[in-house]
Amino acid sequence: MSDLREIYQEVIFDHYRTPRNCRALAGASHKAEGYNPLCGDRVVVYLQIDDGVIRDASFEGVGCAISTAAASLMTEALKGKRVGDVQTLFERFHDMVTGAPGVPQALGKLEVLAGVREFPSRVKCATLAWHTVLAALKDQREPVSTE
Amino acid sequence: MKMEHDVLRDPVSAVEVKHWRDDFPALRQKVHGQRLVYLDNGATTQKPQAVIDAEAEYYCHYNANVHRAVHALSERATEAYEAARHKVQRFLNAAAPEEIVFVRGTTEAINLVAQSYARPRLGPGDEVVISAMEHHSNIVPWQMVCAQTAAVLKVVPINDAGELELEAYERLVGPRTRLVAITHVSNALGSIVPVAHIIKVAHERNVPVLLDGAQAVSHLPVDVRALDCDFYAFSGHKIFGPTGIGVLYGKRRLLEAMPPYQGGGDMIRSVTFEETQYNEIPYKFEAGTPNIAGVVGLGAALDYVQGIGLDAIAAHEGDLLNHATQEVTAVPGLRIIGTAKEKASILSFTLEGVHPHDIGTILDHQGVAIRAGHHCAMPVMQRYGISGTARASFALYNTRGNVDALVAGLHKVRELFPR
Repeated sequence: MSDLREIYQEVIFDHYRTPRNCRALAGASHKAEGYNPLCGDRVVVYLQIDDGVIRDASFEGVGCAISTAAASLMTEALKGKRVGDVQTLFERFHDMVTGAPGVPQALGKLEVLAGVREFPSRVKCATLAWHTVLAALKDQREPVSTE
Repeated sequence: MKMEHDVLRDPVSAVEVKHWRDDFPALRQKVHGQRLVYLDNGATTQKPQAVIDAEAEYYCHYNANVHRAVHALSERATEAYEAARHKVQRFLNAAAPEEIVFVRGTTEAINLVAQSYARPRLGPGDEVVISAMEHHSNIVPWQMVCAQTAAVLKVVPINDAGELELEAYERLVGPRTRLVAITHVSNALGSIVPVAHIIKVAHERNVPVLLDGAQAVSHLPVDVRALDCDFYAFSGHKIFGPTGIGVLYGKRRLLEAMPPYQGGGDMIRSVTFEETQYNEIPYKFEAGTPNIAGVVGLGAALDYVQGIGLDAIAAHEGDLLNHATQEVTAVPGLRIIGTAKEKASILSFTLEGVHPHDIGTILDHQGVAIRAGHHCAMPVMQRYGISGTARASFALYNTRGNVDALVAGLHKVRELFPR
């Protein structure tokens, strides 16, 4: 049960039940849709970018505790970040949830999702919103899929 | 909620079930330190030792191509391959072995009928009738052939219990209907469709019927002649056989009138660059070297199932489904999706405030394997306004103890996700 407690911990429940920034963003400069065909979950991510800095970020959709909490935590983490830093942040996050070897990266609050590494089938839940953000930054019009 | 056949005999004794269970080596393992409780039989079933041995025996002792060489191994392989065809014929009570076509699975069987039977017969405005609880494999092939021919797909609705609306069906089968393609047992809901009635109504209007038997054959006896169905499709791996092998049954006169599905070796009688003469049925539909080991394994699987008897299996599974249906009602916020009067051993459900994937992960950690998601039946999920369900599907080797492990696991889910 210890692995389960690690993945389903308080912070994740909090973000699942009361997701932050869960709304459409009026006047968003970037927007993309993500889809996980495995479970049918969908997410729309909105970004307000000004001068190369993410001023605001929000999302709508998703479903399970992991994908919802991951999207919520991600929007919090993105605010104030430079667009050029998002790819690196995603890679560090991805390394953490896939259990890539190496020293754990300082990811702050996002580290509550580290327990996902024990659940390979749930990595896509944790990264769906992130893939969608990368698509939004590329102005991708077609929904991005985790497959 | 009773099985169609549970009136036929009493539930099977626990001792007998243990003997069946012992036949399946994959069940003797631990997952996450817990004894495996395998309840994802709707997706695929585990294999008895007899099937594993039959495949190994083929590869160890008589691996050769079929219908070709004059050497001893090829003769043995061909004999075993054709013996398995006879086993399938008897299993479905088909009139002749030529009516049994080996394919990769239910999906390929349906695509074969869509392209070789339906496509030449469909014109603009003609109709194909399916139901609202089909698996994607009995939707998409018809959408494709409708797009190719400008025909129209008609969908029979279901009620809240997950039963076909028969009056709507009778209205939908009309003068433009060229084919009815309906599932025998719903993979997402467990509903047993009253296929005898479906076929009677269609035949009164001279419309042939294809049944998708993927979820039916391991749970209830199927007699294609008693049903008088025109096509019947099923997959080996859902009835304890290998993956990558399946069966299309078709009435002889229909199969004979159909053009081949694929071209290649084995499906021809003679080839010149000017003209090719096709082989007779069923070989006309079996282009290329077939999945011989798979066919041999499927034959062993059907022998295994018939050794136990589908009436005994249905009685046992009916008992498991009743037990599970009763026990899960104690889990707060649990809602069963699919409450048809006639159900096979599939229990689909949602848990208030918990996504099916979270249910699946937490159960998996307790060794309980279920399916979570849309079950390749997204229109069914849309019908109920949900994104997916958790689904426990039982097979002959499951026990009441397995059901109790599921229910204990669900209480654990509720503990982790308090309301």
